[in-house]
Amino acid sequence: MSNLLGHYNYWIVIVLMMTGFYIVIARPNLIKKVIGLFIFQTSVFILFISMAKIEGGSAPIIEEGISVYSNPLPHVLILTAIVVSLATTALGLALIVRIREAYGTTNEDEIHVQDEQD
Amino acid sequence: MLLANLPALQVVIPLVSAPLCLLLRNPRHAWAWATLVSTMVLAVAVMLAQRVYAEGTISYAIGAWATPWGIEYRIDMAGALMILLIAAIGAVIMPYARRSIRHEIARKHITLFYTSYLLCLTGLLGIVVTGDAFNLFVFLEISSLSSYVLISLGSTRRALTAAFQYLVMGTIGATFILIGVGLLYMMTGTLNMTDLAQRLPEVTDTRTIRVAFAFVTVGVSIKLALFPLHIWLPNAYTFAPSVVSAFMAATATKAGVYVLLRFFFTVFGSEFSFTAMHVGEILMLLAFAAILVASLVAVFENNVKRMLAYSSVAQIGYTILGISLASTAGVSAGIIHLVNHALIKGALFLALGCVFLRLGSVTLKDMHGLARHMPWTMAAFVAGGLSLIGMPLTAGFISKWYLVSAVLAAGYWPLAVLVLVSSLLALIYIWRVVEAAYFNVPGAAMQKVKEAPASMLIPVWLLIGVNLYVGIDASLIFSMAQQAADTLIGQALQ
Repeated sequence: MSNLLGHYNYWIVIVLMMTGFYIVIARPNLIKKVIGLFIFQTSVFILFISMAKIEGGSAPIIEEGISVYSNPLPHVLILTAIVVSLATTALGLALIVRIREAYGTTNEDEIHVQDEQD
Repeated sequence: MLLANLPALQVVIPLVSAPLCLLLRNPRHAWAWATLVSTMVLAVAVMLAQRVYAEGTISYAIGAWATPWGIEYRIDMAGALMILLIAAIGAVIMPYARRSIRHEIARKHITLFYTSYLLCLTGLLGIVVTGDAFNLFVFLEISSLSSYVLISLGSTRRALTAAFQYLVMGTIGATFILIGVGLLYMMTGTLNMTDLAQRLPEVTDTRTIRVAFAFVTVGVSIKLALFPLHIWLPNAYTFAPSVVSAFMAATATKAGVYVLLRFFFTVFGSEFSFTAMHVGEILMLLAFAAILVASLVAVFENNVKRMLAYSSVAQIGYTILGISLASTAGVSAGIIHLVNHALIKGALFLALGCVFLRLGSVTLKDMHGLARHMPWTMAAFVAGGLSLIGMPLTAGFISKWYLVSAVLAAGYWPLAVLVLVSSLLALIYIWRVVEAAYFNVPGAAMQKVKEAPASMLIPVWLLIGVNLYVGIDASLIFSMAQQAADTLIGQALQ
């Protein structure tokens, strides 16, 4: 039981990940899809950052009397991944603007209907 | 000094050139700049490949930070073959792009097109040269993001939805890879691929590593459009500008296959991937389905571009079939087919681009009698089609020959039959195009259709020429693929 709750960070990651994934799959609204995608990616950032935490660990600055440090590398990696995810979201939203200009809607089902009429 | 830094230059040249390209507002200048850069990239790739061929694997520490702390660029024979392929395709399509892009893309977007193209080239080359698992993710996203832009520049509004669909699936795929890399880092504390390979055996029998393997495999499979994760590909290829379809078909999915090879053989090791995780059987089944289903769909397609897109899904199946055997013969057959298919599909999509330039359409009923008006384009299409089917004296025959012999050597004769059946299906769908273009009476609209300009025909015929050359003398590509497969599988044994 303590093992299940002790890893609560993973539970948060899993719940967020599945929430995001579900939104991407189930919502026909393209903007909501992008939001879902962003939540999905954010869950992975938390996975990375929470794995860097070491109990009792301090910031990685050399100081007398401290021998346990948290790992700073995952934070750096995630900084890069955040930039990537930001670019993806921006591009996705830009595409939605163009799609709305061309189709007059941001609903996937309505777009399919229009595509079939072409 | 310059020679020692070639691995970095391979990526840095197109990366730095891309924002500079954006400053050139004149489409003609942007084109000239992109062409110059592509040529330089090809020159660097040739020099690198020569060095790998002569001296073996190159390891390069970025910023002189020693591995495994710094990022390592590592080019072995498989990598050398891939950078050569990507850089060569990139350079060949550039002379073609000028006319085709001017026709298909609005003038104000042309500079943006060449900028995205250079970024895409950067990403694809980076995927190949890097020896760092996280760096690979970053390059994968550079190439993916720029290819979403390239696809969305297509001339119909459906290009936008195709790009969006690809963006959603591609991002899920890339995030899966990121999860896999994170779990690997969690267990080993390293991101360098060689270092990972050394540290993984200690922790290999844990659920974390198995989950990491599954995430990476599925993520990469989305990127390389392995059946049934291919659904983004037909729309993306159909609605993208012609040059982009050719470039993507010849390079992007191929880089995905390369990532799969890297993870299976270099990082996880073939022992773990194929014996413990049984990924070979799964891949074989999916490849089987890809070859059969996608070829069948292609037979019934009336839009030729979409037909070729489905054919691409089937051809990726062949490559994966070779890899799934996990034998030297199988992997080298997979690599040979990877290169040959890039040459074939590149040529076919470029030929279709010529058709689109003059006809404004690529559906079968609009192509009736086209061969009389565009004899060189259609002859190139037929030559590429024969290579796709696998006629002797073409590149397609070489790869199918090695593939069938590898499959037979592994004792899977039903799969050999499948390869032959699917070649028959390819014969049917290529024949439908030939029938429309050669044996049907042209309509009235056909009268003013002229042959495509030489600047577009020469790149098409260059690729066809390489196809025929490989069909006659496959010794160079065979020895490179053999060596690449040996290095990949050999790493697992160490």
